[in-house]
Amino acid sequence: MPPVDFQHQEEIKEREAQFLLREDLKVAAVKIDASQYLIFGVFLFLLSGFWELQVHRPDYYSEAAQKNHIKALPIMAPRGKLLDRDGRVIVDNTPVFTAMLSRETLKEEHLPPIAEGLGLDLEELKQRLQRFEKRPKYEPVVIKEKLTQAELSFVESHRDSETFPELDLIESQIRQYPQDGVAAHVAGYVGEISDPELDTAEYARFKPGDVVGKSGIEKQYNDWLTGVDGKRQVVVNNRGREIRELGKQQAVPGKNLTLTIDLDLQVVGEIALEGKRGAVVALDPRNGEVLALASSPTYDANRFAERLQSEEWKAMLADPDKPMLNRAIQAQFAPGSTFKPIVALAALETHSIEDNFGVRCGGGATFYGRYTRCHKVHGGVQFRDAMALSCDVFFYTAGDRTGIDNIAKYAQTAGFGKKTGIDLGGETDGVLPSPSWKARVRRERWYAGETINVSIGQGALAVTPIQLAYTIGGMVVGGAWHKPRLTNDAGRGGDRIAPRRAVLQAENVARIIDGMYGAVHGGTASSARIPDVSMCGKTGTAQIVSNDFAKARGGGLRKDLRDNAWFVGFAPRENPEIVVAALFENGLHGSSAALIVRDVIKAHFEKKTRLRQDAKVLSMQQVLTRPR
Amino acid sequence: MIGYRAFRDFDWVLWLVTLAICGLGSLQIFSATRGTIWKGVFTKQLAAIALGLALAWLISRIDYHTLLGHAPLFYVATVVLLVVTFFIGAKFFGSRRWIPVFGGVHLQISEFAKLILVLVVARYLSSVRNDRLEWKDLGKIGGMVGLPMLLVMRQPDLGTSLTYLPILLAGIYLVGLRWQYWAAIAVVGLVLVPVAWFVYLKDYQKARLTTFVDPYRDPKGAGYQVIQSQIAVGNGGLWGRGVAKGDQTQLRFLPVPHTDFIMAAFAEEHGFVGVVLVLGLYMLLLMQIVQNAREAPDRVGMYVCMSVGMLLLFHVLVNVGMVIGRMPVTGIPLPLMSYGGSSILTTFMMLGLVNNVRSSRFVS
Repeated sequence: MPPVDFQHQEEIKEREAQFLLREDLKVAAVKIDASQYLIFGVFLFLLSGFWELQVHRPDYYSEAAQKNHIKALPIMAPRGKLLDRDGRVIVDNTPVFTAMLSRETLKEEHLPPIAEGLGLDLEELKQRLQRFEKRPKYEPVVIKEKLTQAELSFVESHRDSETFPELDLIESQIRQYPQDGVAAHVAGYVGEISDPELDTAEYARFKPGDVVGKSGIEKQYNDWLTGVDGKRQVVVNNRGREIRELGKQQAVPGKNLTLTIDLDLQVVGEIALEGKRGAVVALDPRNGEVLALASSPTYDANRFAERLQSEEWKAMLADPDKPMLNRAIQAQFAPGSTFKPIVALAALETHSIEDNFGVRCGGGATFYGRYTRCHKVHGGVQFRDAMALSCDVFFYTAGDRTGIDNIAKYAQTAGFGKKTGIDLGGETDGVLPSPSWKARVRRERWYAGETINVSIGQGALAVTPIQLAYTIGGMVVGGAWHKPRLTNDAGRGGDRIAPRRAVLQAENVARIIDGMYGAVHGGTASSARIPDVSMCGKTGTAQIVSNDFAKARGGGLRKDLRDNAWFVGFAPRENPEIVVAALFENGLHGSSAALIVRDVIKAHFEKKTRLRQDAKVLSMQQVLTRPR
Repeated sequence: MIGYRAFRDFDWVLWLVTLAICGLGSLQIFSATRGTIWKGVFTKQLAAIALGLALAWLISRIDYHTLLGHAPLFYVATVVLLVVTFFIGAKFFGSRRWIPVFGGVHLQISEFAKLILVLVVARYLSSVRNDRLEWKDLGKIGGMVGLPMLLVMRQPDLGTSLTYLPILLAGIYLVGLRWQYWAAIAVVGLVLVPVAWFVYLKDYQKARLTTFVDPYRDPKGAGYQVIQSQIAVGNGGLWGRGVAKGDQTQLRFLPVPHTDFIMAAFAEEHGFVGVVLVLGLYMLLLMQIVQNAREAPDRVGMYVCMSVGMLLLFHVLVNVGMVIGRMPVTGIPLPLMSYGGSSILTTFMMLGLVNNVRSSRFVS
C-alpha cells in the first residue's frame, strides 16, 4: 500500500470542489444573464424619464426655468422738479427702496408673512392686489415705498427662490417736499391714482399704481411733470440677486417746471404768517406772475404724501385749523375797508361825487332810518383823508350816492365775484352782492341799507386774498388785469396772454393811489411804512359778528369771532411792480395784516437793491481786472 | 511575462469607461461650481480620482482571496469606526457622517463600509455549500449587513444605509432561496414599512417621500428640490444649454448641482444627447462588471463582482431616478460623477476588486 499522499488527495479534493464550483457557476450563469436584463431595464426606465422631460415636453420646463430667473422690473421715471423763478429747487426727488410683488409667482399663503415683515395691513394688501386684477400679470405691484433699514433687510433676506420669490426690490425716486411746509399749498402733493381718476379721460395714459399729482401745481401740471416709466428685464439668481440685464427701456424723466414764485418772498411771507391763520399773495400786477402765495397753517407734505393714505392724512383733514385749506385762493370773507378803493373808483368814474366832496364824521351817521357807526370821529373829511384814515361815514355817503349797481359794475370789472383763474385747483368765487344777484340767489329784494354795508366792504360781500391782490393790482396799473399764474412754462408764456382791460380815468386812479399812499404815510397803516419805498395800501377790518352782538358780549368775545384783518398794498407808487394782499383771520385790525404785507414788499425791494449792488460790484471788478 | 499578464488582465473597457465618466463628472463639477464658494472642489475631485486609481491598482495586485481572508478584521474595524463617528464625527447638514482626518479632509466611513460588506457577504456566501440558503444563513448575513445599516441610519443617513441592501439581496439571489423564504421576506418587509413610517422616519424624511408622490403639494418646501431638478433637466432639451450655460445650474436654482443633483446639472447643460452618452457609459460599465462576474474563476469572485455591479446599479437607479422625479429624494451620490472623495475612493477600490477577480480568471 503506497503511502498516502495527503497532498495529492488535497489536490483531488480541490479539483472536485472546483468541478463542483464550475457546475455552480453554470447554474449562476442564468441568474447573471437575468441581471443583465435587469440592468438594461433600469436604464430603459431612466432614459424614458429623460425622454419625457427633455424631448417630449421641453417647452414646459424651459418656460418654468425662465419664470425662475427672468424678471421684468419697472424703472420709475422721476417727476420733474419744481423750481422757483431763480432756479432754486422747491420740490425735489429723493431715492428710496421700493418693495414690489410679482404676481406671476405670487402664492396666496405668502401674503401674511410678507405683510408682517413690511408692516402692512394684510387686508389692505389683499385689496391692493385686487385693484391690479385687470392688469397684465407680468406687471409687478408696488406694495411699499420708502423701506426702512429693517424692511429692506427683510426683503433682501427673503426674496430667494425658496422663500418668497415673488418679492422684488427696486430703487425709485419719490417726492421730497420742503420741510416746514414751505410753499406746500402751491406745490401740492402726489399720491397714487384713485379709481375715479382712472375712469376720466384726463388720466387715460395712467394705470393703477401710477403716482399722480393730487393737488396744487402737482395736479395742475401733472402731465408736464410726469415722465414715462421704463422697464428692465433682468436675470436673477436663486437669491433674487441680479446677475445681468437682458434688455432695458430707459425711463423718460418728467420735465422740470420753473415757477414764478420768488422763494425769498415766499419764505418771508410764511414767516410773517407763522402762528396765525391767514394767507398772503404777492403778484406782479404788470404780468400776473405770482411772486408768493402762502397759506397758514401749513403742513409737511412729506409726512403723508405717500402712495397709501396714512392715518396722518385723515387727522390733517379733521384739524379744526384746516391746514389743508389753501386760504390764499379758498378763504372767502368780507373784505372790510380794503373794498373802499373799488367804491371810490365807482364813485369817481360815475361822477357820483364831486372833486371837493366831503363829509362831516361825527362817529357815525343815519341812513334809511338806521344809525351806522364809524370806528372813529374824523370831523371834516375829504377824499384823500377818507382813504388814508378809512372814514366809514364818507364811504357810506359816497356809496349811497353811487348806488349798488355802479358799485357792483366796477367791482365786477375789477374781478370780484368770480375766480381769478389762477393755475391752481380749488379756487373759490367769492360773493359780489347786487340786486340781480340777490334776486337770483336769495329770491329777495335789495334793501337800500345793504348798499351802505357793501360800501365799507361788509354785508354779503366775500373775497379771497388772491382776488384782492388781483383786483387792486389791475386797477392801480390803470385798468389791466393779468390772470395770475404760477409758471411761464408748459405753454403759459407771459406775453402771449393779453390782460383783460377796462378804460379808467387816469386822474381817478391817481387820486385813489394818492389816498392809499396816505394810508401808509400817516394813515391807518402807518406802522407798515418802509423807508425809501413809496408803498401804498389799504387796511381792512371786517366784522364777523355785528357790533351789537359784540357789545352784548362785552370784551369777552370768542377768539374765532374777532374781526378779520385784511391789507392790500403795492409799490412803488409810480408804475407798481408788486401788489400784496394779506388776510389774518381774527387779527382784530387791518394794521396787523399790513405788517405781513410790509415784510413781503420790503423783502422784494431789499432783494432788488442787493442784486443791483452785486451787479455793480461785479462790473466794477471786471473793469479793474481787464488786461490793459 | 508579468508585463504581458498585467496588460492582459487589465480591464481596458472597465477603466476607460470609468475614467470617461469621471472626466464628464469633473467637468460638470467645474461648470456647476464656477463663481461659487465651491469653486475649488473639482481639483479635490481630480486628486481623489488619482488616489482612487492608485488604490484600485494596489487592490488589483493583491489576490482577492487574501483580502477575503482579512475581511472579518476589516469588518470589525469598520463597525468600530462607525461607532467612533458618533463621537468625533463632523456634523454637516444636520447629520454626523464624517470623521476628520487631517488638513480639512473628512472621511465618510459609511462609504468605505460598502467595500467591506461586499467582501464579508461574498466570503460568507462562498462558505455555504448548499444551493439553497437556510434561515440561519439568512440570519447571519442579515445581521452582518444589518449592524452597519443601523449604525448609519442613526447618523442619520437613511440613503447610504439603504445602499447596503443590494449587496445583501444580490448575494441571496445568486445563491438561491426557496420561494417560501422570498415570500416571508416580502411579508416582513410589508409589515416593517408602516412601522418604519410611524416609528422611525423623521418628519423631513416623510416629507421627502410624500413630495415624491406629489411634488407640487408643497412646491416651496420639500418639493422644491424635486421641481427645480425636473425643470433643470427639461430645460436642457435635446441638445442642452451648453457648458456653463444652464440657467438652473448657474443661477443656483438647482440645489447641490455638484453632488446629489449633478445629473440634473449635466442634463441641463448637455441635453438628452449627453444623457444618452453618460447612461450608455454607465450601462457599459455595469455590463463589463457582469461580464467579469461571468468569467470569475470561483463563486466568491462572482459574488464580489455581482455585488459591486448591483450596488452601483442601485446607486444609479436611485440617484438618477431622483433627478427626474421617479425616485424619492434620498441624498445618495451618483458614483464616479458626484463630488465626494469617500465615494470616489470607495467606487475605485470596488472596481479594483472587480479587476482583481478578472486577473484570476485563467487560474485553476
